[in-house]
Amino acid sequence: MVTVQVEFLGGLDVIFNKQRQYKVTVEREDMYDVDVGYLIDYIVENMLENPKDKDVFIEHDTIRPGILTLINDTDWELEGQKEYVLEDGDVVSFTSTLHGG
Amino acid sequence: MFTPPLDPKKNIKPKVAQLCEICHSRKALMKRPKNLQKICKLCFFCVFETEIHNTIVTNKLFQKGERIAVGASGGKDSTVLAYVLKLLNERHNYGVEIVLLSIDEGIVGYRDDSLATVKRNQVQYDLPLEIVSYRDLYNWTMDEIVACAGIRNSCTYCGVFRRQALDRGAGLLGINHVVTGHNADDMAETVLMNILRGDVARLDKSTAIITQSSGSPIKRSKPFKYSYQKEIVLYAHYKKLDYFSTECSYAPEAFRGTARELMKNLEAVRPSCIIDIIHSGESFRLKPKRVKKAPPADHIEVRSDGSVSLQRGNSFVDGNRCERCGYLSSNRICKACMLLEGLERSRAKVMIDRDVSTDGAAKLGRTLEKLTF
Repeated sequence: MVTVQVEFLGGLDVIFNKQRQYKVTVEREDMYDVDVGYLIDYIVENMLENPKDKDVFIEHDTIRPGILTLINDTDWELEGQKEYVLEDGDVVSFTSTLHGG
Repeated sequence: MFTPPLDPKKNIKPKVAQLCEICHSRKALMKRPKNLQKICKLCFFCVFETEIHNTIVTNKLFQKGERIAVGASGGKDSTVLAYVLKLLNERHNYGVEIVLLSIDEGIVGYRDDSLATVKRNQVQYDLPLEIVSYRDLYNWTMDEIVACAGIRNSCTYCGVFRRQALDRGAGLLGINHVVTGHNADDMAETVLMNILRGDVARLDKSTAIITQSSGSPIKRSKPFKYSYQKEIVLYAHYKKLDYFSTECSYAPEAFRGTARELMKNLEAVRPSCIIDIIHSGESFRLKPKRVKKAPPADHIEVRSDGSVSLQRGNSFVDGNRCERCGYLSSNRICKACMLLEGLERSRAKVMIDRDVSTDGAAKLGRTLEKLTF
């Protein structure tokens, strides 16, 4: 069981009840660790306000291009993307860049 | 032996492979899309700001003593632009005076909120702010225009009006240089769109860092031409800049949206493609047009649709003025005035429609009049 902070920024909060920050506790039944990939599945299944908005967040089974994913302020590309194993207190933020400037 | 400092978030030493490739001492936080270099936060601030400084200096964007207006929408690009320009101006002593210039299109629930952000920025960065509204300039707000002309054309109206509004706002302030936050992604998107549409004339001009029409006193420039959107957002995030991030309430331009999606997918596969597209765009040279033999002065052309060409002396001259408002225009009447005229006609119609539909005794009376037995 892991408790992490999840943030939806850059306008993404619109599809998550207009709330930008969440404390999320994720539990996994099987023997594997809770990694970011698992957290994303959890978010899609439990936190989306409207299941139809999945395409705004996910494309081809990963985070949609144009959404910046940071783990503790580090680009998730440097942390092994979905394979990063979460620890208590980690901050995972998703920032959309797909809007006007 | 050198021991790298601890990971700021966790008390473990970063592995050597995780270190910044520039300073080799702090943990890398990001991978630059341009060259895939892994760098830390402080080195990122340094390279990001320095690249913009180099862009400004190499292209001689500013002159000492010049006053410049930053087109500020409250969004990420213009917020970072205002912040970085103020910083660089002080650091490198450009000697320019920066003013924030905002356009209020009159979109309730979008622009009023983003203008609140600009007003906060005004205080945070200690820069003067001027707001010019569509209502004052054209006597229309975007909300009224959409109610009249429908949502599908909203971007056409808004785009034409905003371009003029920025020029006029700058004119009001006595400034002849408007700086906008267009970034590398925007520019690559535009190049791509012009290629896809076959708009060769625009393709030629779309990558220029400074644009100025002959005869116009207002010059425009884009210091973020080579800055990736991803880096701008990261910069704003790491610096905790206060920006507004909601998509405009009216439908985004469909074709641009598709081009953007295409670009984002390309970027995921090959991050350098954005800068590569800009490079391709810059390298395009339009083949000079063969000069047509000018028809004799009294020649009148009859077109296939039956219309007749009018004689206008020296035909097309860049730097013509609109007959109504005096704004720069390639035609006799500028695009904004043309759109406005169309709108005025439909406003009259809407007013009458509305009048009839009010509930009450009068409406009941009219309904009864129409009844027949």
